[in-house]
Parts: sequence; structure tokens; C-alpha cells
Amino acid sequence: MSLLDYFRSNKKPATAVTAKERLQIIVAHQRSERGAPDYFPQMKQEIIEVIRKYVAIEEDQVSVQLDQNDDNLSVLELNVTLPEKG
Amino acid sequence: MAHIIVVTSGKGGVGKTTSSAAIATGLALKGHKTVVIDFDIGLRNLDLIMGCERRVVYDFVNVINGEANLNQALIKDKRCENLHILPASQTRDKDALTKEGVGKVLDDLADAGFEYIICDSPAGIETGAMMALYFADTAIVTTNPEVSSVRDSDRILGMLQSKSRRAEQNLEPIREYLLLTRYSPTRVKTGEMLSVGDVEEILAIKLLGVIPESQAVLKASNAGVPVILDKESDAGQAYEDTVSRLLGEELPLRFVTEEKKGFLKRIFGS
Ligand SMILES: Nc1ncnc2c1ncn2[C@@H]1O[C@H](COP(=O)(O)OP(=O)(O)OP(=O)(O)O)[C@@H](O)[C@H]1O
Ligand SMILES: [Mg+2]
Repeated sequence: MSLLDYFRSNKKPATAVTAKERLQIIVAHQRSERGAPDYFPQMKQEIIEVIRKYVAIEEDQVSVQLDQNDDNLSVLELNVTLPEKG
Repeated sequence: MAHIIVVTSGKGGVGKTTSSAAIATGLALKGHKTVVIDFDIGLRNLDLIMGCERRVVYDFVNVINGEANLNQALIKDKRCENLHILPASQTRDKDALTKEGVGKVLDDLADAGFEYIICDSPAGIETGAMMALYFADTAIVTTNPEVSSVRDSDRILGMLQSKSRRAEQNLEPIREYLLLTRYSPTRVKTGEMLSVGDVEEILAIKLLGVIPESQAVLKASNAGVPVILDKESDAGQAYEDTVSRLLGEELPLRFVTEEKKGFLKRIFGS
């Protein structure tokens, strides 16, 4: 690394790193919903609403995933991160 | 049998038309009978990039509607023996494209002896884009090293895997390639731009080529000459490599590291 690079890298935050991290998350999320039936987004939304009646949660605390296993078996996986009791 | 290649992206303005023109020309230069079709109904552009805008009489939609036959609508490229252009319509709306209509035109092109059919997709995920990718054997997912483009490319990959003819008929899946365009090695080095490796890792598809951000592209479009014909230019050479890889050659990447600078650069290193 040259002297110039040293000053350069000190001045500029490597925004590309942030971009990559954000993309990895959003792409993983997109892929998990791929191939899901058309009713899926709405169903997910309604599940979140139901949980919200009881616990205050944000959208990103819920992950709903549909896994197509072999044969004719699909598994609906629901993960909710509940807020810590305070 | 004709090989159908869609140049697609999801996001607009990433370089699909530039790439379609370059790749089609490159294939034709290598001796393959090639046709490039503009699927951007209502917003045709390919004719300008190919430099044949004043020779358009009939278009894709005319052929689908039976108002003209293929021979009347196909424009023979003036520079390149094996190359033909099928322009998009300027006036009709995109619902003019139907699966039956598009399928029939593609069959007729195959019967006419075309080896490669390049489909220049419009942006978005509406009818035009879906029609452009539906019949594809190969997809060239054109992507800029930038967050929204990469995300949209991933969405298009989802479409290729679920909404295409090959997906619907349970055939061998579409071959998916990444074409990274408008790449700036300098900005990658300073950490401002996603690197080739980053994008490859995120999208996890085979890399077909990297086209640098280049002044030659604007020059080429100004003149109506596909940039691949500018053989001295970085972008032209990068597209040439891309075409060779498409045809199965293994070539190292070029133009992915910072070009050598003059005197100052040498003093300060790297
Ligand atoms: N490698 C490159 N270097 C510099 N400029 C480029 C490069 N590739 C494309 N461009 C420019 O980017 C713009 C958009 O390119 P192009 O029309 O090929 O994109 P597109 O994906 O077909 O757009 P649309 O989605 O509107 O159809 C043009 O002005 C073009 O000159
Ligand atoms: Mg275009």
C-alpha cells in the first residue's frame, strides 16, 4: 500500500462494505420468499398483525419461510424474535 | 436449432441495449447468423445504437399482428453480413406482445436459419420484460456494481427460475450469466464500489464478463456503431472477450484493475 492509499483509505469510509452487507441480507430474504404462492405476502402480513395484538414487534423480527421439501411436503416456518421483558 | 439469449436486468439504464448490440454484433462477426430483437415496445432504442434508425419500416408488432412478414421487418446490418435487427414498435403499447405471437416469430426466425436470437429486454418486470425472457435458453443478467441494480438482478433471477418456459415445462433451467457493466476499478479500489467478487458472491451465478465504465460507449452510441466495433477501446475489447466466453472460450478478465497512471502514480506507489 502506498502513502497515498493510506491517506485515501483514512479519509473515506469503505461504503462498498456496507453495500455488500445490506445486499447479502436483502437477497437472502428475497430468495427465501421465492417460489412462494401468491397469497404468501398477504398471509405473512396477517400473521404479523395477529402477533401484534399481543406483543409489540417490528416487521424484521418476524421471518416466515416456506420450504418446499421433496415429495408433496411443504413446511411453513415461522420465527418470531420477541422483545426482552423489561 | 436457434439459441435464444435474453439480455435482462430488472433495473433500467444499466446497459442492456448497449450489451445486446455489442454481443449480437460480436456473434455475427464470428460467423454466426444472428438476429437482435428490441422488446422495448413504445420506447425503441436498439435501432439507434445499431445505427439503422432511418431504415425502420415495419416492426416486431407488425410481424406479430400479421401486418408484415419477417422479411419485410428484418433490417440487414450494413457492416456485418450475418446480422439482422428486428426493431420495436414506437406506437403500440406493450400488451401487443403475447406468448403465442412472440413464440411464433421466434420459431419463424429459427426456421429462417438464425443461430442466435438476442432479445433486448426492457427494464422492469412487466409484460415486455417477461416476454423477452420467457423463451430464453440463456440469460445475460446485466448488472451495475450498485445496490439497486444487484437487488433487481436477483429478482430477475427469481423470474427466470419460475416464470420462464423452461421453468413452466420443467425443462433444463435457463443458463444464467452475470454481465457486470459500468465497472470502475479505481472506485472499487477506494472502497466506494462493489467489486466483481462481491457481486459474484451475492448473486452466485457464473460471470460472463466485466465491462468497464468507458467513454467509448457514448462515442459509439453517438455514432450508431456498436462499441464492440471500436476495437481499440477498453469496452469494445471487454465485449469481445464476453462473446468469446459465451461461445465457450475460457479467458482471463481484463480491465478489472486500475490502469497504470503516469509519473505521480509511480512515485506514490501501486
Ligand atoms: N460501459 C459503459 N460505460 C459508460 N456508459 C455506459 C456503459 N454502458 C452503458 N452506458 C450508458 O448508460 C446508458 C444506458 O445504457 P443502455 O441504454 O444500454 O441501458 P439499458 O439497460 O438498455 O436501458 P433501458 O433500461 O432504458 O432499456 C447509456 O447512456 C449508455 O451510453
Ligand atoms: Mg434498453
